[in-house]
Amino acid sequence: VAKMADKNLNNVVLPTQLKLYIDGEWVDSVSGQKFPVISPVDEKVICHVPEGSLEDVDKAVAAARRALTGPWAKMGPKGRRNLLLKLADAIERDIKPLGVLESYNNGGPVSFQQPVIGCLPDDIRYYAGWADKVDGKVPNISEEFHAYSRKEPIGVCGLILPWNVPLWSLITKLGPCLAMGNTAVIKPAEQTPLTAFKVAELIHQVGFPKGVVNIVTGHGATGAAMTKHMDIDKISFTGSTEVGRLVMKAAADSNLKKVQLELGGKSPLVVFGDADVDEAVEIASNAIFTNNGELCTVGSRTFVHSSIYSAFVEKTRKRAQALVVGSPLEKNNGPLVDKDQYDRVLSLIETGKKEGAKLECGGIKHSGGPGFFVQPTVFSNVTDNMTIAREEIFGPVQSILKFDTVEEVVRRCNATQYGLAAGVITKDINNVFAISNNVKAGTVWVNTYLPVFPQCEFGGYKQSGFGREGGAEGVLEWTQT
Amino acid sequence: MSTEKKYQTKLFINNKFVDAVSGKTFPTINPSTGKVITHVAEGDKEDIDKAVAAARAAFEGWRKTGPVQRSSLLLKLADLIIKNGDELAQLDSMDMGKPFAQAKAIDVYGTADCFRYYAGWADKIHGKTVPVGSNFFCYTKHEPVGVVGQIIPWNFPMPMLAWKLAPALTSGCTVVLKPAEQSPLSALRIGELIAEAGFPPGVVNIVTGYGETAGAAIANHMDIDKVAFTGSTEVGRLIQTAAAQSNLKRVTLELGGKSPLIIFKDANINEAVELGYNAIFFNAGQVCNAGSRLFVQEEIYDEYVQKFVERANKRVVGDPSNHGTEQGPQVDEKQFHRILEYIDIGKKGGATVACGGQRHGNEGFFIQPTLFTNVTDDMRIAKEEIFGPVQTLLKFKTVEEVVARANDTSYGLAAGVATKDLNTALKVVDGLRAGTIWVNNFHTIFSSMPFGGFKTSGIGRELGEYGLAQYSEIKSVMIKLE
Repeated sequence: VAKMADKNLNNVVLPTQLKLYIDGEWVDSVSGQKFPVISPVDEKVICHVPEGSLEDVDKAVAAARRALTGPWAKMGPKGRRNLLLKLADAIERDIKPLGVLESYNNGGPVSFQQPVIGCLPDDIRYYAGWADKVDGKVPNISEEFHAYSRKEPIGVCGLILPWNVPLWSLITKLGPCLAMGNTAVIKPAEQTPLTAFKVAELIHQVGFPKGVVNIVTGHGATGAAMTKHMDIDKISFTGSTEVGRLVMKAAADSNLKKVQLELGGKSPLVVFGDADVDEAVEIASNAIFTNNGELCTVGSRTFVHSSIYSAFVEKTRKRAQALVVGSPLEKNNGPLVDKDQYDRVLSLIETGKKEGAKLECGGIKHSGGPGFFVQPTVFSNVTDNMTIAREEIFGPVQSILKFDTVEEVVRRCNATQYGLAAGVITKDINNVFAISNNVKAGTVWVNTYLPVFPQCEFGGYKQSGFGREGGAEGVLEWTQT
Repeated sequence: MSTEKKYQTKLFINNKFVDAVSGKTFPTINPSTGKVITHVAEGDKEDIDKAVAAARAAFEGWRKTGPVQRSSLLLKLADLIIKNGDELAQLDSMDMGKPFAQAKAIDVYGTADCFRYYAGWADKIHGKTVPVGSNFFCYTKHEPVGVVGQIIPWNFPMPMLAWKLAPALTSGCTVVLKPAEQSPLSALRIGELIAEAGFPPGVVNIVTGYGETAGAAIANHMDIDKVAFTGSTEVGRLIQTAAAQSNLKRVTLELGGKSPLIIFKDANINEAVELGYNAIFFNAGQVCNAGSRLFVQEEIYDEYVQKFVERANKRVVGDPSNHGTEQGPQVDEKQFHRILEYIDIGKKGGATVACGGQRHGNEGFFIQPTLFTNVTDDMRIAKEEIFGPVQTLLKFKTVEEVVARANDTSYGLAAGVATKDLNTALKVVDGLRAGTIWVNNFHTIFSSMPFGGFKTSGIGRELGEYGLAQYSEIKSVMIKLE
């Protein structure tokens, strides 16, 4: 078991196996090529993992295809349910080291990553519970015909994961995928393969038949090998809208595989005049700064009613200035995941200043040593046409906009190509329904922001994607009729 | 040397084991020997009152307990049942006579599976939002119906307990459960496991006692919101009457049957014989869905009789603790005499005993596997539920005829059909008035498939998603918007 030497990091426990997991075995890539996994905390190389190529993807897909008709099929719904319950128990025993590993790998504060991972055993149990409950129907047609529908697995599924909540994304996809009888080829984000490798060990230990779950690490080309593959039946992708388009194109050009996309957002959070300002500031601040702002659902447009605008901005600035940036294993605000994200966020902050938004705080790179740290940044007097109000930043940058009427703010909330989430803070019943019934977003939070539950469907309107994860509908996405 | 084994024999109320208010106890008897195993607390009306009060007090907290926590407790209970499987199987085998090997392989695993299945439903019981128009927001809530009284039989003590407890608990209800007086021991041991798993006090209460006292107290109780009963049709009527006369508590009933098994001439004869054999002799005939009217198409009738008799004569009847035993004793002296009386009625009515027809051995309540041939539809043995290892064989010609004859009963619990022909199978399936129809199999139970009776075999369904409906009360909410 490899441990980190640095005294701050001696709780980081690497997976035993740092190889591709294909057909129940750990193997190097066919080419022998590897790539470094870097921690954004100290910019050090954590380890090297295999660079999977088309040949590795082919091997994995072939194993997953064979596994579809082997012992996995014979297990039936009950067998799948019971194995998934065992996996939940296995992950539950390993929660703490998984949280620390994730945080060190992607810079997300352990105060966020740990509780998210802490939910995963129950998340798996939720999906396990569906395994034996997805029914077809028997419609009534006529005396001459007997008809029924069956829900069947889709087949070999490609799961392409993001780097911001890697293990949560893995389980949110793999849970229903396996519960419904599919097999999987998983490509973790190149930045964050480590918790995926650890879970592969647990999947193996618990006794999933070989080939049911396969893991192939690599960069964009590895993902492309999957999206173009003629023998993958479905791709479930979480990432940027830009790459989401490429996934969909590749699916169309190859075998018309089913596609599910969870993409970006520019989600509005609306604070009405009757809100308690302190509570609202707290909610809005968490809505944008949690996990360094690296969540697809962050409330990145904070609409505040003119009657409380000044007080809100003042308190928000103070709140953001009080946030301490440092090692994610200790502090609530850590580094961004890599240099590309770091450069991008800083550039967008500059654009914000240039376009005339008022910089309330932050805005400069966090100084003092290695690590991709950016200070929590707040812009006020933001207007709808500014770049920072339209483009997804994916960093700790809050934009505050003023509004006057309900009709106006609903219109402005919807004036975006995105539609992932929204929030509203108010005590008034009518404000609640004005926002939740009229804003075009897959999830609307009321007097809270961010919590997702496996029982509830989650996904995007418009260019935030399509398909749902979680809930009965999310489970059905992994079946065909 | 006699070792006094320690059994849990007290009432389980508020996670504590207590004597009956009256201090009375009743004996539970080993039907293999006729000897008393131990004495168990005899609950009566005052004990039911205490249990209901405990369940009512626990209800608000339990229904507000998150579904994930309820699910987790049910999963823990399932694990504990598997962990203690040998002991539990031994208890039932000794208490009501089923072979230990079957108690372990079928009852223990079926019980754990039922808890695991329903654990998965806890956070999936959905209300709906219903679109009505822009100025109303309408939705439904599925709320737990409340404090439920559950009365279970002795033929499958643990699975019957799971079929009742699991959907009720997953839905957020609290329970007062009365096990059958013939088989109280495994239920009380499971009470210990319920406490061990971490269920809050009062969520499950188990009161052992008799039907006429404790059972009636449940059916008549003014603070029980729903009663679920499995047992005879005769008692089912009493339960429903009491429910109507007290507080209109909701009622579901799983009652008796006289289920037909229809063998067509194109069926594989050996498989069909096996089906007819298992349909009646499983659990010594003590199954509400026993296939106790065996209709065989005339072209294969003689061969069928011959093979059936051969098969039945090989059946190993004896000590249920021996691994080779296929059939143990009947549950008690009362059932034993009742079955022998029916055999007598059959003989006097003019049917032919093709095999069996007598007591087996000299000790305990064992009966030989028995087959009657030359049976006509109007004979009492062809119409009345015997609940013992007594098969009645009837001859038929055509599918229309046999479906009509199969339906000519006040019962409607289950049915079976053996045929390779798709159209015959579907014709029979569509024509029979029965809650479960087995095609080329019999007695198959899945936790996910609903089970229950047409006509006087019962009201409502257990198992599957359908089994949740009886434990929910639907609330419609309509919010007017400006």
